[in-house]
Amino acid sequence: MNVTALGLEPGPHARRQAVIASVRRRTNLGFAILAAALAYLAYAWVAFDMTGLISRAQPDRAILLAIDSVAHKVHVSKSLRNDRVTIAVEGERTATYDEPPDWVSRSDDAIRVDLGDGYGAEIVGRTVHFTVPGYGDITVRAETAGIVTTLPDGPVPDWLNATKAKFDARPSLGRRVQVSRARIEVHRFFMGWENFFFPFNSELQAYSFGDILSLIGSAERLKPEMSNGAYVFDTFWRNPDWQHGNVFVALLETLLMAVLGTITAAFVGLPLAVLAARNFTPSGIVRFVVRRLFDFLRGIDMLIWSLIFIRAFGLGPLTGALAIAFTDTGSLGKLFSEALENIDGKQVEGVKSTGARRIQTYRFGVIPQILPIFVSQGLYYLESNTRSATVIGALGAGGIGLMLVETMRTSRDWENTLYIIILTVILVVMMDSLSGWLRRRLIHGRDVNA
Amino acid sequence: MTPVADLAADIARDEKRRQLYSLTLIVILGAVVFAGYGQANDMNSGGFLQGLAKFFEYPGEIVIEAWQSGAEFPGLLVRFLPALIETLNIAAVATILGGIGAMVFAFLGSSNLGVWAPAVPMARRVMDLMRAFPELIIALFLIFVLGTSPVPAMIAVAFHTSGALGKQFSEVNENLDRKAIEGLQACGANWLQRMKFAVLPQVLPNYLSYFMLRFEINVRASAILGFVGAGGIGTELRRTIGWGQGSGDETAALFVLLILSIFVIDQASSFLRKRLTEGGA
Repeated sequence: MNVTALGLEPGPHARRQAVIASVRRRTNLGFAILAAALAYLAYAWVAFDMTGLISRAQPDRAILLAIDSVAHKVHVSKSLRNDRVTIAVEGERTATYDEPPDWVSRSDDAIRVDLGDGYGAEIVGRTVHFTVPGYGDITVRAETAGIVTTLPDGPVPDWLNATKAKFDARPSLGRRVQVSRARIEVHRFFMGWENFFFPFNSELQAYSFGDILSLIGSAERLKPEMSNGAYVFDTFWRNPDWQHGNVFVALLETLLMAVLGTITAAFVGLPLAVLAARNFTPSGIVRFVVRRLFDFLRGIDMLIWSLIFIRAFGLGPLTGALAIAFTDTGSLGKLFSEALENIDGKQVEGVKSTGARRIQTYRFGVIPQILPIFVSQGLYYLESNTRSATVIGALGAGGIGLMLVETMRTSRDWENTLYIIILTVILVVMMDSLSGWLRRRLIHGRDVNA
Repeated sequence: MTPVADLAADIARDEKRRQLYSLTLIVILGAVVFAGYGQANDMNSGGFLQGLAKFFEYPGEIVIEAWQSGAEFPGLLVRFLPALIETLNIAAVATILGGIGAMVFAFLGSSNLGVWAPAVPMARRVMDLMRAFPELIIALFLIFVLGTSPVPAMIAVAFHTSGALGKQFSEVNENLDRKAIEGLQACGANWLQRMKFAVLPQVLPNYLSYFMLRFEINVRASAILGFVGAGGIGTELRRTIGWGQGSGDETAALFVLLILSIFVIDQASSFLRKRLTEGGA
């Protein structure tokens, strides 16, 4: 029974009952929300087909990828069309060995490849003998009619796949033999990023780090047309496998998108915000129109703006910058107009009472109040836009995002992908801490952002 | 000189220096913007001026094709509804899972709740890193391993949400009123009871408000990640846009769905947030 309804002062007992009831109600509500969330997650499990996904997942791809990101492989391949043997890093024509490395020996009719730990492969004519410790010798012969594979007795292991069209064996992660009707390939993996600094065929390849330093210091030029320092840098910058130059330009493009987009949005958003704030713009129609403009810019979303701008302006940082600027003019404008509506009137009145003109009232009464919000939100958006710029780039606006998607899609060299990922993360984390540091410095520890 | 005159001179000097700083900053910003747009324009494959003329061409094309489809247009909206729901699901699951992670990190990373002092800086660094790590990279990597599915996007968004929301949650925790905790401690309440009766009632409204804001952000993020192959409305958009001319009506339908849902969520969340933070719920 409700005690207050009887017009009685609720006694301590009744008050205690009421408090307990309200706590119990809230606890029950909490459990109900928890149950609803669990039910929703169960629905999502079905909707996302998690069970099917787990069964279809290819964890071996992740392992392969992890290994390939930190290792490189050398291909020994023999074309069966013209009998030519090439030994090349990642099969790249620009990284072909002139002299076979010491783990490959050639005689007139046979190539012997030592794969380490007792593994070995020998290519004779159109036949390859593959020695696998613990399993035995595999002989694969590429006939014109098809591939003939001779295996040791016993069950066929799962790392081996032999059909008439193709033979593929990978007894350990670092060794692989592939035979098709056109070529025989033997891969051996080595740890490390190969040719990271200088291209394979560059003369600088033979120099150690100290040699490079003394080379830069010496006056004797390797290339007559440029200084040694410039030559070393140029060789590094134009490395065809790693494309340091292109990656750097792509990073710069992404950064440019974020910086330009955010600055533009902040400086366009501020005057518009004045038009949307109740205490600055008396006209209700103007306020309504500007606020709907903010909603429109924000509501279209960066995804759609990028797609529209890509059509109009093509690929590049301009497209990304404009997409960010359009969306965030809406977001920042809305935030600024709310900040303007919440400013303290006293300071404005105080400045006005000294006989200040309108401009002076704004300069000394309003701007000091909203500047911290302007700066902190601007920096906050700058850091989040650096991340957004990588995604917009992947949609097709260019920059590091596009480069990342492309190297991943070709999935040829995962070490390149890892390199780009590391640089992107460094860029984003750097922008993140820079903006945090600036925010703390500029606003003297006051956290307006919270 | 009198101390007052000294002070006045000090203030005037400070003022002058501040003005110089502001002016320099504005000049630098202006130069960055000016040079940046010039540079961006050069790097772009299409120029700004030629593009400006084409700016309305594509939206116009879509609108015209949508107009021509006439009575079939509402049908298209219904047809793409499942894609929209998938995107909303990605965002919702990511926000819930990320929110749970964020609460754990926030409690570990708040210095005033007395969880475990050495964990505080550690949890903060982890949150910073999770927040900064680009979602795109996680999504692309997981798509490669798990195949095309909404789950990679969900995990990527949830990962980022844990960090971003965790930071905001821990800020709420740090700002809470200690009186209630102390009051309960004086009654002999244990840690769990203090959390339940003193901390949670104070922080939950703010948590909820940040949670809803994050959901809105995550809907946008999920739609974008769909475009790189993570399912939902983004994947449909890429398909229809990839077909080029003739599928403008489908693109328009997808645009309408996405804009409408973002608009509704945006308005609803700002209404609810206002009620939560101002209504003193």
